[in-house]
Amino acid sequence: MQFDSNQLIPVLPEIYILSLACLVLVIDLFIKQENRIVTYGITQIGLLLAVAITVAVGQPQTQIIFDGSYIRDPMSDVLKVGIFVVSFLAFLYAKDYLRDRDLFKGEFYTLGLFAVLGMIIMVSANSFLTIYLGLELLALSMYALVAFNRDSQDGAEAAMKYFVLGALASGILLYGISMVYGMTGTIRFDELGGAIQKVGLDNVVLVFGLVFIVIGLSFKLGAVPFHMWVPDVYHGAPTAVTLFLGSAPKIAAFALAMRMLVDGMEPLVGQGGWQGWQGMLIVLAVLSMAIGNLIAIAQTNIKRMLAYSTISHVGFILLGILAGTKEGYTAAMFYTLVYALMSAGGFGIVIALSRRGFEAENLDDYKGLNQRNPWFAGMMLLLMFSMAGVPPTVGFFAKLFVLDAVVSVDLTWVALVGVFFSIIGAFYYIRIIKLMYFDKPSDESPLSMGVDTQVVLSLNGLSMLYLGLFPAGLLSICHTAIGG
Amino acid sequence: MTFEKFIFYVLAAVLIISATMVITRKNPVHAALSLILAFVASSGIWLLAEAEFLAIVLVLVYVGAVMVLFLFVLMMLDIDVATLRAGFIKMLPLGILMAIAMAAELILVVGPENFGLDKFAAPARHAADYSNTEELGGVLYTVYMYPFEIAAVILLVAIIAAIGLTMRRRPDSKYLDPANQVVVKRKDRVRMVSMDAEKG
Repeated sequence: MQFDSNQLIPVLPEIYILSLACLVLVIDLFIKQENRIVTYGITQIGLLLAVAITVAVGQPQTQIIFDGSYIRDPMSDVLKVGIFVVSFLAFLYAKDYLRDRDLFKGEFYTLGLFAVLGMIIMVSANSFLTIYLGLELLALSMYALVAFNRDSQDGAEAAMKYFVLGALASGILLYGISMVYGMTGTIRFDELGGAIQKVGLDNVVLVFGLVFIVIGLSFKLGAVPFHMWVPDVYHGAPTAVTLFLGSAPKIAAFALAMRMLVDGMEPLVGQGGWQGWQGMLIVLAVLSMAIGNLIAIAQTNIKRMLAYSTISHVGFILLGILAGTKEGYTAAMFYTLVYALMSAGGFGIVIALSRRGFEAENLDDYKGLNQRNPWFAGMMLLLMFSMAGVPPTVGFFAKLFVLDAVVSVDLTWVALVGVFFSIIGAFYYIRIIKLMYFDKPSDESPLSMGVDTQVVLSLNGLSMLYLGLFPAGLLSICHTAIGG
Repeated sequence: MTFEKFIFYVLAAVLIISATMVITRKNPVHAALSLILAFVASSGIWLLAEAEFLAIVLVLVYVGAVMVLFLFVLMMLDIDVATLRAGFIKMLPLGILMAIAMAAELILVVGPENFGLDKFAAPARHAADYSNTEELGGVLYTVYMYPFEIAAVILLVAIIAAIGLTMRRRPDSKYLDPANQVVVKRKDRVRMVSMDAEKG
C-alpha cells in the first residue's frame, strides 16, 4: 500500500490536539508560577482553533482511513466541535477555582487536553481496538485529574474507586469484544454488521459478548445498576474536575454507545424483544431514570445531587438510542449535546459560588442567591429549569424529542416511565430555585468571579433559553449528522 | 495422546494451580512468585500455539521487568494482610456464587459447541523459517499504525500522571546539584585570611 499524505487530512483534529497537548506540556516547563496564565491561554486558544480545523476538514461524505481504524463522518464532526466547546467552557470556569486553591498547574491542562484527545479518538473510532484505546486514554487522564488535589483525602479515595471500577469495566468490555471478535473475525464496525448477519443473530456467543459490552458501556456511562462510582467521584473530585468530568465525556460516552451498538452491532438490536441490545438498554434506562431521580431527592450536597441527576439524564440518552431509529439517534444526540452544556453551566455556578476556603457544596449555600446576585440566580434558574425539562428551556425539547422517538417505535410504556420519573425529578431542581428565591441568605458575601467567567456563564445560561426558543437549528445539525 | 497434547495439559495444569495460588496465598510475596510461574506457564502455551514472539515478550517484559518491580514494591511496603482479609468470610458466599455463575456461563459459551474444531478448523502449521516477529512488525506499523500511535500516547499520559501525582518539590530537602559542583572555583570554597604573625 502506498502512503498518501492526503489520507492524513481527515485525522487533522487528532494530530492537532496531540501536538497542542505536547506543546502545552513543554512550554509549561519553562513558565513561572505567576505566569501560569500563559498555559491556560494557549490551551484555550488552541481549543478554539481546533473547532476551526474540525469545521475545515468536515464534509458530508464519510471517510474511513487507516485500514478501517478511523472514521470521519458528519456525526464525528459535530460531536468533536461539541467536545471542544464544552471543554473550553469547563477550563474557563475552572481557572479561578484552581487559582484560588493553589491548583493552577500545567498538568491540569496537559491532562485535560489528553482527555480531550481520548474523547475525539472515541468519537472517530471505527474499530473496537481504536475505541478501546481512546476510552483508556480518556479514563487514564481522568483518574489523574480526579486525584489532582493531592492533599485531599476525598480526592484520593474517589480516584481510587474510579480507577478500580474503571479497570474492572474495561476488563468486562474487552471480554465482550473478544467474544464478538471470536465469532465474527472482525473488529471493524463497518464490516461487523455483515459478519453478524452471516453468523446468525441468535448465536449464543454473540449475545454473550453483547451483554458484556453493554455492561462495560453502562459502567462508563454511569447507568444503573453500574452507577455506584458516579456520586463518589463527583463528590470527591475537586469541583473544577467534576465540571470537566461531568460535561464533555458524556458526549464521548454517547459516541461510544453509537459506534459500538449502532455502527457495529445494529443487527443485534432485537427490535421488540429482550434478547437484543434494545431490551438491555430498556432495563438500564428505566432503572437509571428511577434510581437517579429518587436518590437525588435525598441529597443535601449539590455535587452528589448533580451526580444522581447525571444518572437520570443518562437514562434519557439511552432512551433515545434504544429506539433504534434515526429519529431516536438524532434525539439522543441532541439530548447529549444539550446535557453537556447544561452540566457545564450548572457546575459553573457551583464554582462561581465557591471561593478560597469555601466550597458551595451544600444546598443551604444557595439560599437567597437572588438577593446576593439576581443575574446569576436567574442563570441558575434557567439551567435548573432546563435540567428539569420545563418549557421554554431547551431541556424540555430534548426530553420531548426523545420521548417522541420512543413512542413512535411503540414503546409507549417506557416513555410513560420516563415522563413519570422526570416529574419526580423536577422536585429537586425546583427545590434549588425555591432556596434561591424564597429563602433568606445565610451568607451575605458577594460573588467573586472574573469578567470572562461572568460573560461566558451568562451566555451559557442564556443559551438554554435561546436553544429552547429556537431548537430547530441544533436539531437539524444533529439530523444531518446522523444522516436521517 | 500426542506429546504436544501432553505438554499442553501439563502447562495448563501448572497455570491453573499457580493462578489459584496467586489469590489464595496469605503472603503477598508468595502470591507474586506464583504469578510469575503463571506467566511462564502461559508463555509455554503460547509457544505451543506458534506465537513465539509473544511468548518471549511475556517472559522478558512481565517476568523480567514488571514482576521484579512488583516484588520490590511488595517487599518495601509493609502490607497488613489481616485488614485486607477482613470481611473475607462474610463476602465468601457471594463471591463463590458469582464465581460459579461466571464459570457456568463461560463453560456454556466457550465450549466445543461454539468453538469446536468443526466450527473453526485448526490453522495450518507454518514452516520452520516462518517468522511471526516479522509478521507482527509488518502489520503493527501499517494496518495498526493508528491504534499503535494511540497506545504510545497512553504511555505518555501515564508518565505525566505518575509524575504529576507523586512528585513534590520539598523546599527543605538537601540535594546536590552536579552542575554547581562542577563549576565550583577555589575562591568559593577557600577563603584566604591574612593574619599578622603572633609576636612572642
